Amino acid sequence: MIGGAARLPRDLHPVAWWVWALGLAAAASSTTNPFSLLVLAGVAVQVALTRRSDQPWGASLRLYLWLGVFIVMMRVVSRVLLGGAFPGGRVLVGLPEIPLPDIAAGIVLLGPVTSDAVLAGLYDGLRLATIVVCVGAANSLANPKRLLRSVPPALYEVGTALVVAVTVLPQLADSVRRVHAAQGLRAGARGRTGRLRRLLVPVLEDALDRSLSMAAGMDARGYGRAGAQTPAQRRRTGALMLAGLCGLVVGTYAVLDTTAPRLLALPMLAVGTLLAAVALRSAGRRVERSRYRPDRWRWPELAVAGSGLVVAFCGWWVNQHDLVRAYPALDIVPAIDLWMLVGGVVAWVGGLCAPDQRRRVRRRSVVAGPVPAGREWEVAS
Amino acid sequence: MTEALLELRGIGFAHEGHAPVLRDVTLEVLESELVLVSGPTGVGKSTLLGVVGGQVPRFSGGVLSGSVLVDGRDVTLRPPRERAADIGYVGQDPARGFVTDTVEEELAYGMEQLGLDPTTMRRRVEETLDLLGIADLRDRDLRTLSGGQQQRAAIGAVLTMHPRLLVLDEPTSALDPTAAEEVLATLTRLVADVGTSVLVAEHRLERVVPFADAMWLLPGGGTVLAGSPRDLLATSPVVPPLVALGRELGWTPLPLSVREARRHAREVALGPAAQPLPASPSEPVLSARGVTVVHDDQVAVREVDLTLPAGTVTALMGRNGSGKSSLLWALQGSGGRASGSVSVGGADPVSASAAVRRGLVALLPQEADDLLYLETVAEELDAADEGRGTGRPMLDRLVPGVPDDAHPRDLSEGQRLGVALAVVLAGDPPAVLLDEPTRGLDYGAKAALATVLRELADDGRAVLVSTHDVEFVVQVADRPGDTVAVLAEGELIAHGPVADVVAQSPAFAPQVHKVLGAPWLRVGDVVRAVEVAGAAGSAGSAGSAGSGSGV
Repeated sequence: MIGGAARLPRDLHPVAWWVWALGLAAAASSTTNPFSLLVLAGVAVQVALTRRSDQPWGASLRLYLWLGVFIVMMRVVSRVLLGGAFPGGRVLVGLPEIPLPDIAAGIVLLGPVTSDAVLAGLYDGLRLATIVVCVGAANSLANPKRLLRSVPPALYEVGTALVVAVTVLPQLADSVRRVHAAQGLRAGARGRTGRLRRLLVPVLEDALDRSLSMAAGMDARGYGRAGAQTPAQRRRTGALMLAGLCGLVVGTYAVLDTTAPRLLALPMLAVGTLLAAVALRSAGRRVERSRYRPDRWRWPELAVAGSGLVVAFCGWWVNQHDLVRAYPALDIVPAIDLWMLVGGVVAWVGGLCAPDQRRRVRRRSVVAGPVPAGREWEVAS
Repeated sequence: MTEALLELRGIGFAHEGHAPVLRDVTLEVLESELVLVSGPTGVGKSTLLGVVGGQVPRFSGGVLSGSVLVDGRDVTLRPPRERAADIGYVGQDPARGFVTDTVEEELAYGMEQLGLDPTTMRRRVEETLDLLGIADLRDRDLRTLSGGQQQRAAIGAVLTMHPRLLVLDEPTSALDPTAAEEVLATLTRLVADVGTSVLVAEHRLERVVPFADAMWLLPGGGTVLAGSPRDLLATSPVVPPLVALGRELGWTPLPLSVREARRHAREVALGPAAQPLPASPSEPVLSARGVTVVHDDQVAVREVDLTLPAGTVTALMGRNGSGKSSLLWALQGSGGRASGSVSVGGADPVSASAAVRRGLVALLPQEADDLLYLETVAEELDAADEGRGTGRPMLDRLVPGVPDDAHPRDLSEGQRLGVALAVVLAGDPPAVLLDEPTRGLDYGAKAALATVLRELADDGRAVLVSTHDVEFVVQVADRPGDTVAVLAEGELIAHGPVADVVAQSPAFAPQVHKVLGAPWLRVGDVVRAVEVAGAAGSAGSAGSAGSGSGV
């Protein structure tokens, strides 16, 4: 079948999914054209639904969709409430304006609801909602923790700290619930501070105990074994890293702020990136650590990440060269943006290049039983 | 002479300004040996294991002297992470030591730190999954596993590093009997098949003693006695019921397994068992009808009817996750229930306010530390009895001699349990519920707890105590009228007098019952019956040292 072994069910490299989703999000951020945005959001949702994992985080997409709907509604409602700021367009509902004291000069409460106000809120909200949905799609396609595992070896410690923090949060919530229930079993302080203390002291004690046993557990398993690096080498790596980060920050600022000297822009960014890369390499060399079943980078990964970059490029192109379509006027029906449509289709096809995720919970017996149509390669290859 | 795998030379350990926990301890572990570490709670078993693993004094503070040698190399100054390849350490609560999400990743984590190449890692993970019988759990979230599975995953996580010595600190203290069997079977398989040496501290000796090659006994005072289990148990302050029975009846050699004890038991002449008095019916304190608890879409407790009469102790048993805790919280009222009714003296605790509820039902939760939040014992008691002064006398009845100005966290396990119990009993409720209070208690502390619960019942209260420990059950529920209830999948599958219920179940039966059969449950009863038989002057074959059968 098409693609051979690379497309057998497996987990795609998480970085590929995140590049793809962030590409879609970047394209969405460069337009308010509702058709373009709906195409982008639709692609993100469709691909996420067909390729998401059956692990718990795979179900998080719905949460992000609701968040998107909520964002759009909030935007429209706030435009209507503070509608006076948008005088143009047809008046849909003639609400009276509520006079505000002088302190709030410049803010108009209610007032006539115009079509411009509603549409502006809708477009704006749609843009933000699409970005959120793209991130949600990435989240349900690739475990954020696996993403952290793919950081370069030099950043391993930071990655581990983040993983632990993510793991500890639900435990903390559990601890709060348990202590709250237990404190109901006894009499004790009733004042506000007293009640807070009754909750906080046992929870913090528990958290401290947990962290200590976790640290002991990690230590007993060899976490943080010293490498063969000398203090001088460590200092040099640190200095390189610091200089690289400074370069990156200054360069990024200069690229965004067009009044800054051009010498500080792209050249500085390049130097910063180079320094950081050298520092990461130097730090990575001392690490005597290996990775279990590393995610491999094969052609579906390239297709997925590449299609993400293409759609981001389309967004940038439209933003630079076709402002009328990228930011349509509020009084006409927006024109369909061909560039964005092409970008969306590329992202869709790219996303579907990814193999199915490995099924974990219900393991299908591969040999016995009928093979669903179109899935022959599961047995054949 | 074979070289020792692990050697402790002149180990001493003390916290600043306190009496030494360990004093000039010299010990060794040989290749492929299972060493059992035993002693009363708080004598330094965990400290000793921590010294071997490197957690002491790194995570505990204190001053260590002497040296630790692995294969003749001195590792005293090396941190646990540098010892990881030689010594695998598994703590008491495996869930707290997990670093990753799934079983497979957890098994690989240690090897990643050692920098092994991916092919070796993959091979070892597969081997270890098979060795521990957890291959079908490989993709499961670690937090959704049962206690026994978690403990086996934790053992696997250190095994993949191929340590020469495995150190386990009370690996079964939180497990039900079946899960504990699984874990211990795994350990004996490791020693027998793989040749790993195992150093294990364990409270419930009855499970490990038959498999132990050597034993380290900490009688207190900082010394450690090493020897064969049979020799040491003859004088040990903590012994399983089986050994206690053998010591009382003068059996030599001392039986270590039920099978050995049965051989001696054939020669024992027993008088008639004391006939249990018919239970005098007493007023029900708490009666529950059709109690059902649902968590999300899972039925935790299904239509349970339970009556707790005044002056009785009811023991609640069942495997982990069978709904014991959910039932206790539902009876107490704050847990909420989907349907059914609970009545304590005519009032339903669910509809009462928290303060009124405390006067109806006391509940000691599983994590008793969650109750305590103040700096001293006196403050805790004051806050709990709201100035009425009833807390202190109650504590003195439960555990005499707890100083007023001590911080609750500095107390021993048993004392802290006493303070927590006094705190929930401050409202003087007629019904007392306890959720697994025996976790981490040694035989002495369990016997003391059994006495305390008995006294609470004798005051006319109804006591319901959930536990995994069948030996504790026969101790605490020893009066006519006392019962045992067994839960499985949220349903009450058995409820009746102790002798009937535990005798029906081969897994739950106490050791004395396994040796002598019905109606014997407790060492004390047997000893009394033997005395009766001896006094009656019937054939004097009882205590003879006749059988010299080698094992």
